[in-house]
Amino acid sequence: MKTGFWKSIITATLLVVASLVNAAEPIKIGSFLTVTGPASFLGDPELKTLQMYVEDINAKGGVKGRKIELIHYDTGGKAQDAVSFVKRLIQSDKVDLIVGGTTTGDTMAVIPDVEKEGIPFISMAGAVEIIEPVKPWVFKTPHTDRMAAAKIFEDIRKRGFTKVALISGDGGFDKSGRAQVLKLAPEYGMTLVADESYGNKDTDMTTQLTKIRASGAEVIINFGLGQAPAIVTKNIKQLGIALPVYQSHGVASKTFIDLAGDAAEGVRLPAAALVVAEQLPDTDPQKPVLLAYKNKYEAKHGPVSTFGGHAYDGLMIAVAAIERAGGVDRAKVRDEIERTKGFIGTAGVFNMSPQDHMGLNAAAFKLVEVQKGAWKIIE
Amino acid sequence: MPEQLFQFLVTGITVGSTYALVGLGFALIYNASDVVNFAQGEFVMLGAMAAIALLGAGLPLPLAAILATLATVGVGLLLERFAIEPALGASVVTTIIITIGAAIFLRGIAMLLWGKDFHSLPPFTGDAPIQLGGATVLPQSLWVLGVTVALVVLVRLFFNRTLIGKALLACSFNRAAAQLVGINVRMMLRLAYGLSAGLGALAGILIAPITFSSYEAGVMLGLKGFSAAIVGGIGNPMGAVAGGLLLGVLESLGAGLVSSGYKDAIAFLFVLMVLFFEPTGLFGHKAAERV
Repeated sequence: MKTGFWKSIITATLLVVASLVNAAEPIKIGSFLTVTGPASFLGDPELKTLQMYVEDINAKGGVKGRKIELIHYDTGGKAQDAVSFVKRLIQSDKVDLIVGGTTTGDTMAVIPDVEKEGIPFISMAGAVEIIEPVKPWVFKTPHTDRMAAAKIFEDIRKRGFTKVALISGDGGFDKSGRAQVLKLAPEYGMTLVADESYGNKDTDMTTQLTKIRASGAEVIINFGLGQAPAIVTKNIKQLGIALPVYQSHGVASKTFIDLAGDAAEGVRLPAAALVVAEQLPDTDPQKPVLLAYKNKYEAKHGPVSTFGGHAYDGLMIAVAAIERAGGVDRAKVRDEIERTKGFIGTAGVFNMSPQDHMGLNAAAFKLVEVQKGAWKIIE
Repeated sequence: MPEQLFQFLVTGITVGSTYALVGLGFALIYNASDVVNFAQGEFVMLGAMAAIALLGAGLPLPLAAILATLATVGVGLLLERFAIEPALGASVVTTIIITIGAAIFLRGIAMLLWGKDFHSLPPFTGDAPIQLGGATVLPQSLWVLGVTVALVVLVRLFFNRTLIGKALLACSFNRAAAQLVGINVRMMLRLAYGLSAGLGALAGILIAPITFSSYEAGVMLGLKGFSAAIVGGIGNPMGAVAGGLLLGVLESLGAGLVSSGYKDAIAFLFVLMVLFFEPTGLFGHKAAERV
């Protein structure tokens, strides 16, 4: 009798504990980023941001009482690794959704698996091809390269130039950006008089720029990432080419100004508002969000870049969608991500729809110019 | 057009001299041990990154450069003592694989120490471009070119005129025989690693103001330097320099006259052709005849 009593007590306790554990089972968010390798300057702040905010959310009690567990793999920028990591995330880690994909290459490679398994996926890569045509389970948070090219062309048109020289790198971002420039140029009445390229690890582009100088161009557009655009900018100055220079949003970080030094003066580029947060008017609804993210990131990790901001946007959109869906049912979460309206992120105000899985408009980009070693809004 | 062509050539020579400088380090260790040291690019990176860090800590540039070079020499000696020396009897291939491992290790350490960002070193004597006919060149490129020439002469004198240099060469040709005539082979090996680490560091510091540096910068520089060394005939310091300049000029002319998309392909096609018709490199035979 007595042993029976104790047995039932123990069983009951175990049951209660088990149900508690069940209720508090964490929400699993999977991620694959390029934390090492050539694109590490993108993936590194993204991972730091995800970790920082997951910790933050958990410290505040989690999402609907459930903690978030972040499961992360580093692809090193290799698309084939991205594919196997995503398979692992879905099949053995059994994550509820995926926030990741630093580069366009990594992202495009995993889309077939994501679509087949039917799992919500928010990418942090730039190219427009990720969301066009719309894929049911795939979303993204950064601006597209088409928006960047359009923003650049608008400004060139405003200044009355028509002859454009393009120089771009050999990476996925560069090539996709180049394609958008080539496509949009006629729409803005621009003639492309030179179309040069370089290797992303090249250390000197004066040869290509010498050709551009002889091409009769009125402006130079450089689509690139990492240190190469800084070298291009320096080489332009070295050759004494006095043409206006446009860079892409790929270099919107303080590193570019530090590397290019004096040569960066006067360079214009479209950038997310994050790099000029302090200059925004106080009435701008984005300002408090930007400053909060910036201060939080810089307190822990040093200078902020727009790339980490894409991770913040992705995570927050995902968390809000899970909250609205009341759980982690994949189809419901997907629908809720698609219903994201008026979410103020670091990249702009997101309004997604079944036709638009990014939800940003051109207003999200600010045209900035380097003046006295700092970004300055010039609109 | 002639003016453009001149700029292409000038660019080719300045880029080529950076390859040449890195290639020199390959030649040195190869001469001492018959081994291609794949951590040579990492020595270049370490020199640049250490100098940048020391400069950031407030030291004046010359002092930072000297300390960074010495620190890299230290790393080279440690690498030799704890990775190469224990495998002294092993085959050349084994040693080469050890150097690849060491390269990955050094890259990892650099990443942890200095992060993943690119860093820049200020140019030694200003940023104002110098006009050369119709072409322009940065003062820093002249530094690279000048130091390369000086180092080539020094390295050549070292191998041909000094007893230590000749002893080093002897070790590479026949280690057992060298030991029999009283050469301290271990000491020579340490010397070779220390010297080439120093040479690499110096190259890195000279190049950093032009190309910037990051923990991964050694990979590309190492590859190009290695190509320069084999085109010229590995083991021949003069060959490494000639190979580097040739590679640089070919890349630049390829980009300028054909297409910038194919410039690396053109340069590497040339490397393949050289190795196909002259497997020992352009100046390889001379090296064999020298001793």
